[in-house]
Amino acid sequence: MTVLRYREAVRAAMIEEMERDERVYLIGEEVGAYQGAYKVSEGMLERFGPKRVIDAPITESGFTGISIGAAMVGLRPIVEYMTWNFSAVAFDQILNNAAKIRQMSGGQLHVPIVLRAPNGSARQVGSQHSHAMEHFYAHVPGLKVLAPATPADAKGLLKAAIRDEDPVLFMESETLYNVKGEVPDDPDFIVPMGQARVAREGKDVSIIAYGRPVHVALEAAALLEKEGIDAEVVDLRSLRPLDEQALVRTVQKTHRAVLTYEGWPYGGVGGEIVDRIQRLAFDELDAPILRVTFRDVPMPYNAKLEQYVLPQPDRIADAVREVLYRKG
Amino acid sequence: MTTTRQHSDELHLALYRKMFQIRRFEEEAARAYAQGKIGGFLHLYIGQEAVAVGAVASLQPTDYAITTYRDHGLALARGMTSRAAMAELFGKVTGCSKGLGGSMHFFDAEHNMLGGYGIVGGHVPLAVGTAFASKYREDGRVAIVFLGEGAVSIGDFHEGMSLASLWKLPIVIVVENNEYAMGTSLARTLSVEDVSLKAVGYGMARDRFFATHVLEVHDRIGEAIERARTTSEPTLVEVRTYRFRGHSMSDPGKYRTPDELEERKRKDPLMVSRAELEGKGHQEALQKIEAEIEAEIEDAIRFADESPEPGPELLEATTYKGAFAR
Ligand SMILES: Cc1ncc(C[n+]2csc(CCOP(=O)(O)OP(=O)(O)O)c2C)c(N)n1
Ligand SMILES: [Mg+2]
Repeated sequence: MTVLRYREAVRAAMIEEMERDERVYLIGEEVGAYQGAYKVSEGMLERFGPKRVIDAPITESGFTGISIGAAMVGLRPIVEYMTWNFSAVAFDQILNNAAKIRQMSGGQLHVPIVLRAPNGSARQVGSQHSHAMEHFYAHVPGLKVLAPATPADAKGLLKAAIRDEDPVLFMESETLYNVKGEVPDDPDFIVPMGQARVAREGKDVSIIAYGRPVHVALEAAALLEKEGIDAEVVDLRSLRPLDEQALVRTVQKTHRAVLTYEGWPYGGVGGEIVDRIQRLAFDELDAPILRVTFRDVPMPYNAKLEQYVLPQPDRIADAVREVLYRKG
Repeated sequence: MTTTRQHSDELHLALYRKMFQIRRFEEEAARAYAQGKIGGFLHLYIGQEAVAVGAVASLQPTDYAITTYRDHGLALARGMTSRAAMAELFGKVTGCSKGLGGSMHFFDAEHNMLGGYGIVGGHVPLAVGTAFASKYREDGRVAIVFLGEGAVSIGDFHEGMSLASLWKLPIVIVVENNEYAMGTSLARTLSVEDVSLKAVGYGMARDRFFATHVLEVHDRIGEAIERARTTSEPTLVEVRTYRFRGHSMSDPGKYRTPDELEERKRKDPLMVSRAELEGKGHQEALQKIEAEIEAEIEDAIRFADESPEPGPELLEATTYKGAFAR
């Protein structure tokens, strides 16, 4: 075990896989000479050279399409967006090409590509730079979507993604990059996709989250503990595939669930989770499932309003009291 | 090429005033950022002021202007008050976008400053759309759009160019070539050194020059604006310039040498104008302008500090008139 920051864990996964497999390369804006907009790829240009660590101009649609093309014929690209917000410019490539080529070709071709970037809110970067893009992508069959909350999961899941034969979208977080955690050194340490993790054991209520909000959920659980409420926190880690059994298990135990994530309340990943739980564990539920998300507006710049829009521990705690009928 | 000497000193002094206002506004904004009064991104225009100021001086008040996230200069040049601009940076409700937009999203509909946009290139079709509306209404308005040389690679720039030329729309597309897109130099982002060549394939008029003097910017962009207004033909204008500060506030700036930066600062168009006006005996007028601007910026900081913050009731009201999910 080594203690790594989240950004170092992502970097370690890329370096190990690039050393293991010559077909893997990294492309994106400022990933090379500038050492990464968020320093995730620091040192990688020096290590692998400009053939495999490629600085691209501001051409998200172009370098995504080019990498999908390269993947179709045998390379294994890792595409970094400066943030997931800018993947919107490449949305057509991801939706219409990456996700469809396997089926359109009757299974003759496939696209082993990883698309990765920080996702969701940062700090006061305004409405065009604060999107939770996983909701758009998790909708699409043909795309796998991962959102690790810890350095160990970041490394293990990214390695699984790079070794996967299909497009995998990897959601990091700018506000997690400095978080430290123990990470296994074994070069074959892999976290399989589609397996949730219990981040905190509890018996009274399940708080289900992924990515950065897992840490917010843990803060909420600490608040609730003071009131004698024992919350379980489930970290999904993987949104597609989704670990249904973990959802069922936690609800069998607590009979109540609150979901929290970034992104708007209308539809999205949360709607999917609610559907699975009510379909697979209807009889286990003692209360309606509640969600704590962005409020249903674009992200404002003002710092207090941004905090108002974001899921907060106290909003999660309120929702928990509500599903426990302890409100007011 | 028109010479700069045909203009009155009054015009030159007025343009100097604007450039000086933008410079001092942003220097104080950088200071306020360091004090934690401003958050998020803050992309400074310092070094490039002559471009927006020279261009705007050739526009009519009813013409449309749109730019990128590096938008303070254009907004102030168009007539936004220092107060409304500083209050926006401080996230206050008295700001030009009520504290909801921040540095990257300055809007001032009254002055036809139709915004600063954060997705590289995404605003180019919007600007072409305002030119489309002018032509549709036959109201004689011209549109001007500013973008960086880094944005020239992205699809929206090309689609905007293609349609502006195909439909002969009254627009001036200004590429502010400051030689870097974040840490990427022009040579690593484009296959040609002459950015204005991009106009050729679209059959569009083009121009290319260094922003060494604000009056020359005024004249050269003025010609393109005139072309748009009289013949409804678009022009791509590459203005070569340089930013003296980092891309945003957290840029270590290792991609260029201190010598390069110092050399460019010696050609600062703001200082060129000041020296020229001083040489013509306007020492007193310059001092008056500078004292007034200092007072104006100080007042803007105080105003921004003392202004109230926006409340949550604004959020839905400014989103749309529609239904909301919970
Ligand atoms: C589509 C998109 N990709 C990436 C970014 C991140 N980004 C913001 S500014 C910038 C550099 C732009 O350079 P340039 O167009 O030359 O303008 P300058 O900043 O020099 O004024 C980048 C890569 C973005 N905002 N939008
Ligand atoms: Mg530039």
